[in-house]
Amino acid sequence: MISMTNVSYKILNKAILNTINLNIPVGKIIGLAGENGAGKSTLLRLMAGIIQADQGSILLDGQRLTHQNATSIAFLPDTDDFYPYFSGRHLFQFYQSQFADFNIAKANEIAAFLEVNLQQKISTFSKGQRGRLKMAVTLGREVPYYFMDEPFSGLDPMVRESLIKGLIKYTDAETQTIVLSTHELYEVEPILDALLLLKDSKVIAFDTLEEIREEWQQDAVSWMKKQYRKD
Amino acid sequence: MTIQFTRDLPIYSQLVNRICSEIVRNERLPGNKLPSVREYALEVGVNVNTVQRVYKELEQMALTETKRGQGTFITTDDSVLLALREKIKQQITEEFVRKIEEHGFSHDEILFELQKYRGELDD
Repeated sequence: MISMTNVSYKILNKAILNTINLNIPVGKIIGLAGENGAGKSTLLRLMAGIIQADQGSILLDGQRLTHQNATSIAFLPDTDDFYPYFSGRHLFQFYQSQFADFNIAKANEIAAFLEVNLQQKISTFSKGQRGRLKMAVTLGREVPYYFMDEPFSGLDPMVRESLIKGLIKYTDAETQTIVLSTHELYEVEPILDALLLLKDSKVIAFDTLEEIREEWQQDAVSWMKKQYRKD
Repeated sequence: MTIQFTRDLPIYSQLVNRICSEIVRNERLPGNKLPSVREYALEVGVNVNTVQRVYKELEQMALTETKRGQGTFITTDDSVLLALREKIKQQITEEFVRKIEEHGFSHDEILFELQKYRGELDD
């Protein structure tokens, strides 16, 4: 479990995240939603141990989260920072050299499932192909936590569907946790256990999809709009 | 194939309804094996935990039986299947009557219309 207590993060005195308190349990797929600039990417980067909080504590299974123990977290960035002269195969080899938990057989299988051509150079990839490769290389790591920043953004509906299926097929719902930020709530909602909503640097709601549908009688998108209008 | 869900009901109950309909329509036959939780999650494009809940509900409704190490099977108990058929028939009737009443039609009008409709079908 990842626990955040009173976590704040500032850039040049501007609060990006303000007194965040939340627990990310094991074995859940959690959606992270909120308007642009609400702090979604920053929250994911803090939880992944990539950046450090200015205030508050972040614990990973009871231990303070640092660069050293963040190895049990795989992070999918919203940027494409891969070496463009690499092929998919090179990228997999590079990941294998960097991460002891990288399972190249699994990554190859996911790449085949997502129809990624591993021989081709990344510089010649379309956006959809890069999106698929990023998913394959991230899920190729066998870790308890996957944090994904906008994995479906800017991709066509067929690519989104195949990535969603890849997520269902290649993760274990009991032992692995996925937190992913997204604006494509209509499509992503069926795979989510819970939805975390950020607004103006704060968590304004964190509910399970069953609660949202049973108690609020709403789907995720209407619920989110309602929460946003509340104050 | 990924399926579309309506906004009013939890996804697990929409999937329970879907499988119930498939049983009544004989698309899933008594004694047939259901896909594994992961296979079904992949087929309909939902979370594995959701499918686990669906299978639990079906089992509680006595519509399925889990055989250890073999999987989940549609029940062969005729009384359960008959009761499901009746329940679904009743639900569809209730829905129909509610809709038609919302539009202000009288019961006589509805009966007349149904008889006319049946007559057309018989021709």
